Amino acid sequence: MLYRDAGQFKDTYAADQQIFPIRQDRIGITLVLLFAFLVVPVIGNQYWLSAILIPFLISALAALGLNILTGYAGQLSLGTAAFMAVGAFAAYNFVLRVPGMPILVSFVLAGIMAALVGIVFGLPSLRIKGFYLAVATLAAQFFVVWALTKFGWFSNFSSSGVISAQTVVILGYPFDTPVRKYLMVLTIVVLMALAAKNMVRSSIGRAWMAVRDMDVAAGVIGIRLMHTKLLAFAVSSFYCGVAGALYAYGYIGTVEPEAFNLDLSFRVLFMIIIGGVGSILGSFFGAAFITFLPILLNTYAEPFAQAIGLQLPAGMVSNLELIIFGALIIFFLIVEPLGLARMWQIAKEKMRLWPFPH
Amino acid sequence: MNWQFFLEVLVGGLLAGVMYSLVALGFVLIYKASGVFNFAQGAMVFFAALTFVSLVERGFGFWVAFLITFGAMVVFGVATERVVLRPLVNQPPITLFMATIGLTFVLEGLSQLLWGSQPHGLELGIEDMPLEWLSQNAGINVSQFDLFAALVAGILVSGLALFFQKTRIGRALRAVADDHQAALAVGIPLQQIWAIVWTVAGFVALVSGLLWGARNGVQFSLTFTALKALPVLILGGFESVAGAIVGGLIIGASEKLAEIYIPEFLNAPLTEAMGVSVNLAGLEIWFPYALALAFLLIRPEGLFGEKHIDRV
Amino acid sequence: MSDGRNIGEVILNLEGISLAFGGVNALQDISFDVREHEVRAIIGPNGAGKSSMLNVINGVYHPQKGVITFHGQTRRNMDTHAAAAQGIGRTFQNIALFKGMSVLDNLMTGRNLKMKCNFLQQALYWGPARREELEHRRKIEEVIDFLEIEHIRKTPVGRLPYGLQKRVELGRALAAEPSMLLLDEPMAGMNVEEKQDMCRFILDVNDEFGTTIVLIEHDMGVVMDISDRVVVLDYGRKIADGTPDEVKSNQAVIDAYLGVAH
Ligand SMILES: Nc1ncnc2c1ncn2[C@@H]1O[C@H](COP(=O)(O)OP(=O)(O)OP(=O)(O)O)[C@@H](O)[C@H]1O
Ligand SMILES: [Mg+2]
Repeated sequence: MLYRDAGQFKDTYAADQQIFPIRQDRIGITLVLLFAFLVVPVIGNQYWLSAILIPFLISALAALGLNILTGYAGQLSLGTAAFMAVGAFAAYNFVLRVPGMPILVSFVLAGIMAALVGIVFGLPSLRIKGFYLAVATLAAQFFVVWALTKFGWFSNFSSSGVISAQTVVILGYPFDTPVRKYLMVLTIVVLMALAAKNMVRSSIGRAWMAVRDMDVAAGVIGIRLMHTKLLAFAVSSFYCGVAGALYAYGYIGTVEPEAFNLDLSFRVLFMIIIGGVGSILGSFFGAAFITFLPILLNTYAEPFAQAIGLQLPAGMVSNLELIIFGALIIFFLIVEPLGLARMWQIAKEKMRLWPFPH
Repeated sequence: MNWQFFLEVLVGGLLAGVMYSLVALGFVLIYKASGVFNFAQGAMVFFAALTFVSLVERGFGFWVAFLITFGAMVVFGVATERVVLRPLVNQPPITLFMATIGLTFVLEGLSQLLWGSQPHGLELGIEDMPLEWLSQNAGINVSQFDLFAALVAGILVSGLALFFQKTRIGRALRAVADDHQAALAVGIPLQQIWAIVWTVAGFVALVSGLLWGARNGVQFSLTFTALKALPVLILGGFESVAGAIVGGLIIGASEKLAEIYIPEFLNAPLTEAMGVSVNLAGLEIWFPYALALAFLLIRPEGLFGEKHIDRV
Repeated sequence: MSDGRNIGEVILNLEGISLAFGGVNALQDISFDVREHEVRAIIGPNGAGKSSMLNVINGVYHPQKGVITFHGQTRRNMDTHAAAAQGIGRTFQNIALFKGMSVLDNLMTGRNLKMKCNFLQQALYWGPARREELEHRRKIEEVIDFLEIEHIRKTPVGRLPYGLQKRVELGRALAAEPSMLLLDEPMAGMNVEEKQDMCRFILDVNDEFGTTIVLIEHDMGVVMDISDRVVVLDYGRKIADGTPDEVKSNQAVIDAYLGVAH
């Protein structure tokens, strides 16, 4: 009843090509945004904002970045965290070394630095594909973390490469409380998500998907494979780079290069597999899932075990977490390779037809 | 330059290389027969070594522990085929690859859930000492253990190569690798073949686990042996047994040489040129990748691969 | 069938093309030409090198020997981008649609070369980028009308039956408004009715837009019906070239099709 597009006839192509063509989707998104911008800052406590919502949003942005590269352009990357690291350290150095550098500009520059590094590590994609490329992106992962640890300059010669993000001040207004940081992160993530949505429904997005689905045919249409793939690497790394900068400036504050290790890259990969490969919305679903699951486990595993009379040995929960993550990945790949986003879509389609299942 | 030391480094690298080959071979076996890039190979090494060592610590004899562990690897191989591979048959290779990443996490969690996460020492009865004869006569220090490990790995690698070339099952495996449809048509049961391959790969993981575990201790970092083997695969190709062997040697040797000599020769000039202190130590973590990639850019088909043009 | 159309000058000329894969000689010293507005068929038994020929024309394969002259420009080999930019469209023997996309998106992708906005404008989807999308959407709707696929516009191509997929693939090529179309077995695996439809579309394209057609087809009836000139390949060599009637009565062709030993 509620979710019907019957009667919503599109009489112009413009109406048909809106960002959210179905009215209920538009209303839904608006409500979610209103809630996130107006209600959450009022009702959210410090724990919810700093420990859950901010990391969720940043993860979602990184997942979005990886989804552009892997989900849309079909180039599997295991080096997401490296591009985040570039972003975090680049932002730090721009603010540190350029007097009067506005923080938002430094985020953009951080993204651009990450994009440049992404292009360099994307170069092999012109000659190698699939697994070979996936392995090649590992080189980025190891090299970047190594370089940031080894070369003191990047961290202003602090011990073991740790950087402490400077206070964020935008137009003289300090972003130093959880609520303010949350609003900053939220704004950036929402804007970048909309931009991503726009790209993937335009010719560049179609070029990415064409390369993903059938690269020979894409070439025959006149799509330049090199240009398209490198642009995917650049845009994806830009998103990851900004996510990295936000990780430092909006979330943790103090970061070391090791924080951006292979494990983080895998977590982001899991987000897109579970959330939905090739879906913007899926990046958010996946990030929510991967952010919440450990919290749920940590909160409830212990009491649950006690309730049924079990004593959990130390480290049990983290191992359980590994197993559950791994099993979920396999489960999703088998049952719904397009992830939560696809399940959501199917649910919507059902609602559209309800009560007449066709 | 001290040539004796150079030789020591080189030989040490080659010996380590044989062990890389061994792990790489685990990948190649599965890839050849099922087209799956099994990222879980490293976790299998860890699982096998940890199970073995825990059994030995609980009083089982070497061979009993070995057999039980092998049994566990068989169970794992068969279970993987049933639970993971079979439902995913005909899916794109990338999907299968991601599934094996999931498998990696399951196996890592499971290993530590079963046996705890503290590190263990593992003794195979051969000490990590320089071979006396060589140090006395040639003045070169080569670890006795490395030599032994390389020997075992070498035997296993040759054994498997023979198995692939000469036995009926081996030929069936290759047939499957070349063309699944054709293999099915001549009545080779695909599922059985896959289970066998995973079992063999489990065996390779067990042996690698014992050797690596005795060398560096049985601990979580054993899972990284897989990461060491990946550049070998890029270099040698995912489908080539010979590539795994030669690639392993090249990666092993150049990694050790680079680890020692690049910082030695480049730190000072780079420091001078750039005006800040430069220390390239620790570059062995990415150097093999860079090397393999550089090679690929020149020769995308890998060491032994044939040039391939997509058909349309 | 040159009723009403003005078959023009030679626009594509291949000379001495040889192509080998390892030890396999897919094409050996082949020369032939294509005239503007004509329907040119390439026939021959399986493995004769027909698909390879098309791949050479639009730069998917690079021959070891020979030269290609297209619109007066002579090259050792084409590259796919240049071929597309100069108006060569293409369909494939094994459907090469973009599986993860809808029919509409597949067709829109066909117009990619004509879309000029950069990715930053597209990220904003404002002004020029939006106008461009709409303008091309209008063009695509013409293709959709022409091929009578209005009802499946939004369907993911993977869900379509084979015959419709082939039609969409033709649509994707047409979307680029090509001056020359390379069609690799457009009617293979279709039933009679679908074949008739496809024939009609091809002839209409040729007729209405003057598009030059180079076509590979196994169905002799169709070939003889719709083509102006036919080139026959066998084992990588050209064994005949001429009008359908000439080719039909050529002894070498008859032998090749009856499988006479060489
Ligand atoms: N990419 C490639 N790599 C290796 N060999 C190839 C490739 N493409 C074509 N060949 C070989 O070249 C020869 C000609 O193939 P081609 O596909 O051009 O034949 P065809 O005339 O289109 O046949 P069919 O009617 O079966 O489509 C065949 O022997 C084929 O195996
Ligand atoms: Mg063909």
